Amino acid sequence: MGEISEFSFTVRLFVKTYKWRRIDPVPWTPPTMPLSESRVAVVSSAGFVLPDQEPFDKKMKGGDPSYRLIPGDTDVSTLIDAHRSDSFDHTGMDQDPNLVFPLDRMRELVGSGRIGELAPRHPSMMGSITAPGRMIKQTAPEAASNLVEDQVDVALLVPV
Amino acid sequence: MCNQTVGLIAAELERQGIPTVAIQLLRVVAEKVGPPRSLCVPFKHGYPLGEPGNPEMQHKVIEAALSMLEQPDLKPPAIIDYQL
Repeated sequence: MGEISEFSFTVRLFVKTYKWRRIDPVPWTPPTMPLSESRVAVVSSAGFVLPDQEPFDKKMKGGDPSYRLIPGDTDVSTLIDAHRSDSFDHTGMDQDPNLVFPLDRMRELVGSGRIGELAPRHPSMMGSITAPGRMIKQTAPEAASNLVEDQVDVALLVPV
Repeated sequence: MCNQTVGLIAAELERQGIPTVAIQLLRVVAEKVGPPRSLCVPFKHGYPLGEPGNPEMQHKVIEAALSMLEQPDLKPPAIIDYQL
């Protein structure tokens, strides 16, 4: 488990006193087909962008709720770390983007037949959103409808 | 915050009909936010799939997450702790 104790005092205090948004009611969609036939998308909050995409806004109050769509055939070594938070260690993800955006691992799972196929687009967000109102109302529904358009069957979400 | 962000997106995906599983780095946040399916992993922030350059370990974590989609007895919000 990630431990609260790995953070600075200020961040620990924040985690304790922040009003976390409870999902209520919890929506529940059971899968309707085996994973071996499913189209799978990755959603990562690691703040990666492609060289031709606008970086996330590191200064926006409450956090930048926008997202970028990363094509499924992206070479992960071209992803750029645009995450603003210094409350976690970026070394690992900068060394191996699959640690937080596992497109190569998903391709291997397609190769082995564990999953059916990789989705054509994968949402990338910058997770340090302390005021998630706009994300809940606007950008999360938009990103989700992109995946619905792409007929995605299952999504794996990866935070940092 | 990243844990809450992916949890809230997971909820929206499920509302729109897409089953999800979310990796979570802090159990306390997974419990408070309550994404539909959470795999809580024992790694530090920045390392959700374990180790950089270790595809085998990354696959184990991904497999544990995906297998939650194959457990019809789970009830929302479902939380499973990843065992090293």
